[in-house]
Amino acid sequence: MAVIDNLMDLAGKAERELDANVAEVDRILHICNACRYCESFCAVFSAMTRRLDFNVADAHYMANLCHNCSACLYACQYAPPHEFGVNLPKTLSRVRRDTYMEYAFPRAFGELYRQNGLAVAMAVSLGVALFLIATILSQGSLFIDGLEADFYAIFPHNVLAVTFGAAFGWSAIALAVGVSRFWRQVSEPGHSVLVPDAIGAAAKSALTLKYLGGGHGDGCNNEDDAFTLWRRRFHHLTFYGFMLCFASTSVATLYHYLWGVEAPYPVFSLPVLLGTAGGMGLIIGPAGLFWLSMRRNDMQIDERQKTMDRGFIALLFFISLTGLALLAWRESTWMPFLLAIHLGFVMGLFLTLPYGKFAHGIFRSAALLKHAIEKRKPNPVQAGSE
Amino acid sequence: MVDVLVIGGGNAALCAALMAREAGASVLMLEASPKEWRGGNSQHTRNLRCMHDAPQDVLVDAYPEEEFWQDLLKVTGGETNEHLARLAIRASSTCRDWMRKHGVRFQPPLSGALHVARTNAFFMGGGKALVNAYYRSAEALGVKVRYDTPVAELILDGDRFVGAITEAGEKITAKTAVLAAGGFESNREWLRAAWGRNDRGEWPADNFLIRGTRFNQGVLLKYMMEAGADIIGDPSQGHCVAIDARAPLYDGGICTRIDCVSLGVVVNREGERFYDEGEDFWPKRYAIWGRLVAQQPGQIGYSIIDRKVIGRFMPPVFPGITAESLPELAEKLGLPVGTFMQTVNAYNAACQPGTFDHTTLDDCRTDGVSPPKTHWAQRIDKPPFYAYALRPGITFTYLSLKVDETAAVRFADRPSPNLFVAGEMMAGNVLGKGYTAGVGMSIGTAFGRIAGTQAAAAAARGEQQIRRQ
Repeated sequence: MAVIDNLMDLAGKAERELDANVAEVDRILHICNACRYCESFCAVFSAMTRRLDFNVADAHYMANLCHNCSACLYACQYAPPHEFGVNLPKTLSRVRRDTYMEYAFPRAFGELYRQNGLAVAMAVSLGVALFLIATILSQGSLFIDGLEADFYAIFPHNVLAVTFGAAFGWSAIALAVGVSRFWRQVSEPGHSVLVPDAIGAAAKSALTLKYLGGGHGDGCNNEDDAFTLWRRRFHHLTFYGFMLCFASTSVATLYHYLWGVEAPYPVFSLPVLLGTAGGMGLIIGPAGLFWLSMRRNDMQIDERQKTMDRGFIALLFFISLTGLALLAWRESTWMPFLLAIHLGFVMGLFLTLPYGKFAHGIFRSAALLKHAIEKRKPNPVQAGSE
Repeated sequence: MVDVLVIGGGNAALCAALMAREAGASVLMLEASPKEWRGGNSQHTRNLRCMHDAPQDVLVDAYPEEEFWQDLLKVTGGETNEHLARLAIRASSTCRDWMRKHGVRFQPPLSGALHVARTNAFFMGGGKALVNAYYRSAEALGVKVRYDTPVAELILDGDRFVGAITEAGEKITAKTAVLAAGGFESNREWLRAAWGRNDRGEWPADNFLIRGTRFNQGVLLKYMMEAGADIIGDPSQGHCVAIDARAPLYDGGICTRIDCVSLGVVVNREGERFYDEGEDFWPKRYAIWGRLVAQQPGQIGYSIIDRKVIGRFMPPVFPGITAESLPELAEKLGLPVGTFMQTVNAYNAACQPGTFDHTTLDDCRTDGVSPPKTHWAQRIDKPPFYAYALRPGITFTYLSLKVDETAAVRFADRPSPNLFVAGEMMAGNVLGKGYTAGVGMSIGTAFGRIAGTQAAAAAARGEQQIRRQ
């Protein structure tokens, strides 16, 4: 009973926080809607001009549309120390945390966002411990000679496929349930998703990180009012690095099942080339994002989310680092040890996909899609002459 | 000793500093405000009125010199200097590449600002983004900037600038100087004196709100008047707009505007209408309504609309006062209910049938009521009713130092060899009264750039003279 009471308390607390955050979004956007100087910076402002008031659904939608480029903060004549105290990027980032918590599946797991660095650390610790223990139990040692990069001698292919398939499958389901609930709340009934050119436009905005360009293409803000394109570049390295790694695994799966070609693959094979390129991206990208995050102006962010942001960045970085180390020393006696460490990190990621920073991409893509759809309809607010 | 001392920190000061630095002069800027409030009124601006003979990036169609000049002539009622006005107009057609070079970005006209899509180029992010870009560029070029450094007085040797004395008592000398420290709109005592006392025994300026910075106290304007510089303009003239009465005393900026005036009626404290609310589109009329409200008892007006026009004007920053009936609304506003109802009933009865369209000068007008309402006259009859109280909001004052095309400060009609002026401190040469959107930035940019160029040249001339001696 105590556990349930505890959870109810947490849910109540989350709701009160959400109410306060939504009220602040509504207050600020009333000021922004009367000003509109920032209109060309990003989609948040074009969404704003279609509304006169901002409810919970609008707040969730616009919060996830915001990429936290912060151009509007430095341009704002009403930013602190002005008595209006307008800080849209920080306010929307607070609501984003509410989105992640509110739409996590199951809902109680949304609480993992409160101490997200801890959650990620625990998931990785468990993952690494699990694979180290499994290696010792099955092989008797972490350092074995003469395996010649044969990973499946440690963990049979099917064992890996089932374990990681199950973790990934669960995460995919949890994210799908969450984003569907999000979509239903932020969309009007009968709001169709099947608008091909809207899907194309949303995909393009997401894949090019259009809204980290600041509207003028000079980039976004990090430390001060100067613009930088490095956040977009490092994010591209991270995202496309991740996708290359994903492609590497997918190609390897095809090799295995379709053509019966089993790992280890040679250095100049497609899976290894894709994985190496992706791994490089996943080293440089997260390192750069971490560097930018360390220098980011506190005005721009919700400080409670630093551990989530940096935890996720670190997780990706170490997955890549351990992966590349495994490639480098796969012929050595260290292979079982390196394999266990690497698999442990990957498991940490898979387990926290729906309960960590990874979710931002899913909700942001949904918000971009909603924006692309609504932009194709006439504006219900016809402010007309000024 | 620096070559050019720029006193001020807004658009005109920055344009002067950048031009002087580009001409090779060493430049020191003194901004009265702390860094977070830098930029004076420029941080609240949003666009630049631009002459152009053909479509240009964000500007559609054409806005030729003659049309710009005629617009200016109309709003100022002839209280302008054609030579200087045309200089600023022509400069507005060529300055934007230079602005872009220093990091200013333009955006397509804002939604709800289509009336100025042809004439005005909007800054992406507004004036504060422009100010930030200029400061970044200035610092990158080696311009020295000091914040929190208000200047109390100047040291002059006849018509020559020698140095400035800061409020903290520090003496800063320079070969030349540009004054770009704004008008006196933030100085409430001066405003009070300038507007004086009216027939009702009121001091109207006591009820004014300042739309912009609190740092434009007119210290240097006063100093130069006392030093005998040539002055132009009426101290009660300025860019004065009707804004939400609940706006903060300073820095309310654009969002405190009330854009529903032309869609309803406006009554004064006595419950009576006093001007044709539908004379023209609001962007073409907003600049006269500040004065109109200033002339009403208590310097207050009430814009009254009904449900029909909600969503047809730019959303106001504060919610309106609402009521389900007109008498209830009058009571909530503290207006005499009888007179108010007489006014609204007379207006409603006078509304002629027509096709309402807030995006054109439509045919909805009144007949047989005074003052008439010539467009967008619809009966006010659909609850809920909304009211917004209006106060005069002063943007900047026009009392100025008189200049010629070199932007030199003048004494007894002779130019100073090394003291120049730009921005609000001389805008009154072009704007004797009235206002048209974006022209303040056209004047500030044009004369800021001239003043910077002239100051750098004067510093170089002084250098040559010293070397010859």
